[in-house]
Amino acid sequence: MTELWNQYGMDTVFMLAHMGAIVGAVLGAVAYYTYLERKVMGAMQRRQGPMTVGPFGLLQPIADGLKLLSKETIIPSQANRPVFLIAPMLTFALALIAWAVIPVSAKIVLADINVGILFLFAISSMGVYGVIMAGWASNSKYAFLGALRSASQMVSYEVSMGLIIVTVLLCAGSLNLTEIVVADRPFWVQVMLFPMFIVFLVSILAETNRAPFDLPEGESEITGGFMVEYSAMTFALFFLGEYANMILMSAMTVILFLGGWLPPFGIEALAIVPGVLWFVAKTVLIMFFFVWARATFPRYRYDQLMRLGWKVFLPFTLIWVLVVSGSLLAFDALP
Amino acid sequence: MAPSEFLAEYLPILIFMGIAAFIAVAAIVLSLLVGKQNPDSEKLSAYECGFDAFDDARSKFDVRYYLVAILFIIFDLEIAFLFPWAVSLGEIGLLGFWSMVSFLGILTVGFIYEWKKGALEWE
Repeated sequence: MTELWNQYGMDTVFMLAHMGAIVGAVLGAVAYYTYLERKVMGAMQRRQGPMTVGPFGLLQPIADGLKLLSKETIIPSQANRPVFLIAPMLTFALALIAWAVIPVSAKIVLADINVGILFLFAISSMGVYGVIMAGWASNSKYAFLGALRSASQMVSYEVSMGLIIVTVLLCAGSLNLTEIVVADRPFWVQVMLFPMFIVFLVSILAETNRAPFDLPEGESEITGGFMVEYSAMTFALFFLGEYANMILMSAMTVILFLGGWLPPFGIEALAIVPGVLWFVAKTVLIMFFFVWARATFPRYRYDQLMRLGWKVFLPFTLIWVLVVSGSLLAFDALP
Repeated sequence: MAPSEFLAEYLPILIFMGIAAFIAVAAIVLSLLVGKQNPDSEKLSAYECGFDAFDDARSKFDVRYYLVAILFIIFDLEIAFLFPWAVSLGEIGLLGFWSMVSFLGILTVGFIYEWKKGALEWE
């Protein structure tokens, strides 16, 4: 026993502490992301946002959490009970699991697996299960329509997201997230990836069902979509999962396009600031973009959404994969 | 890499999955315990703007959702082929590049066909 402890003890303790830190950080980030969203949207609409609970309303997310915890859980009588309860759990757990492979700095990553980007892609694709299970199990028309819309929206934009990831992989030559971040990209390659960055930003909005692509929720038409029958903690888990996914997608954008924990624009002097802080700062920038887009754009129509996904993004990213790979090959710049 | 090392890389992910699942279940159980449960038949009926639900929600739906799902499978498979190709393009060089171009060309013919057939139209 002591031998076993000497061999693995410290590693295990360190690993568990690391997991605790990830869970704490993600949940804390989600709580204060909702606060940030309400404050920023408030400022953009010349309102105050939350300001009563605690100084500057800083305790608002905690009050909201406690309120949701103490509410009654309503399970509709026509619903499929096990599936109805599993759906929010699945959504939440998936949003958390993906964080296991995110490298927040050169050394800090829980599982530095060699197919990190595939793992991320797989986990984010599975998000659609939570949605479709919720819509089916609720046995409510709004929930069903919302789930259908949401599922086809998510799969549509996943195609172009996959192709964008392929263009980044071409420049990095590895599926490992750490190697993708540190991969050397000449200036002209960065210029060539820029359109992909823009398309990726729009796709993550659609992938996480955020405004202006929030048709699955569509309060004014289907009153909340697949979440309409959920209450209390079952709703809170969907909510947490959605926001954790938004933060995850922001982190993914930072890893793929914005150089992760490296100081911006390759300025060496800025490396005094720890890499984690750069990572967080860049992620918050993309998170702000989510809120900014929500406050700025009206909702898309469903046919427009599908047209953008299938007729604009898909052909464009497909051609761009060939453009990027062709020019990398022609200029002998492949890793 | 030895198989045991390979598995050791994935062990933290497995444990983390367990933790995530535990937190999710614990949250719901806690809320069931803390919150006062007071169900009645009206409260538990499916939400339909104040009406009693007219019929079962699991009815026919637009075939285009199904079509989108099928198209997604085709293109996602294509991306699954592109991943290993993208990583190893430096080694397989021009031959690899042109093989993929012809593969994508064949797929593009199919894509143009479905576009012209109106499979991507929503009105």
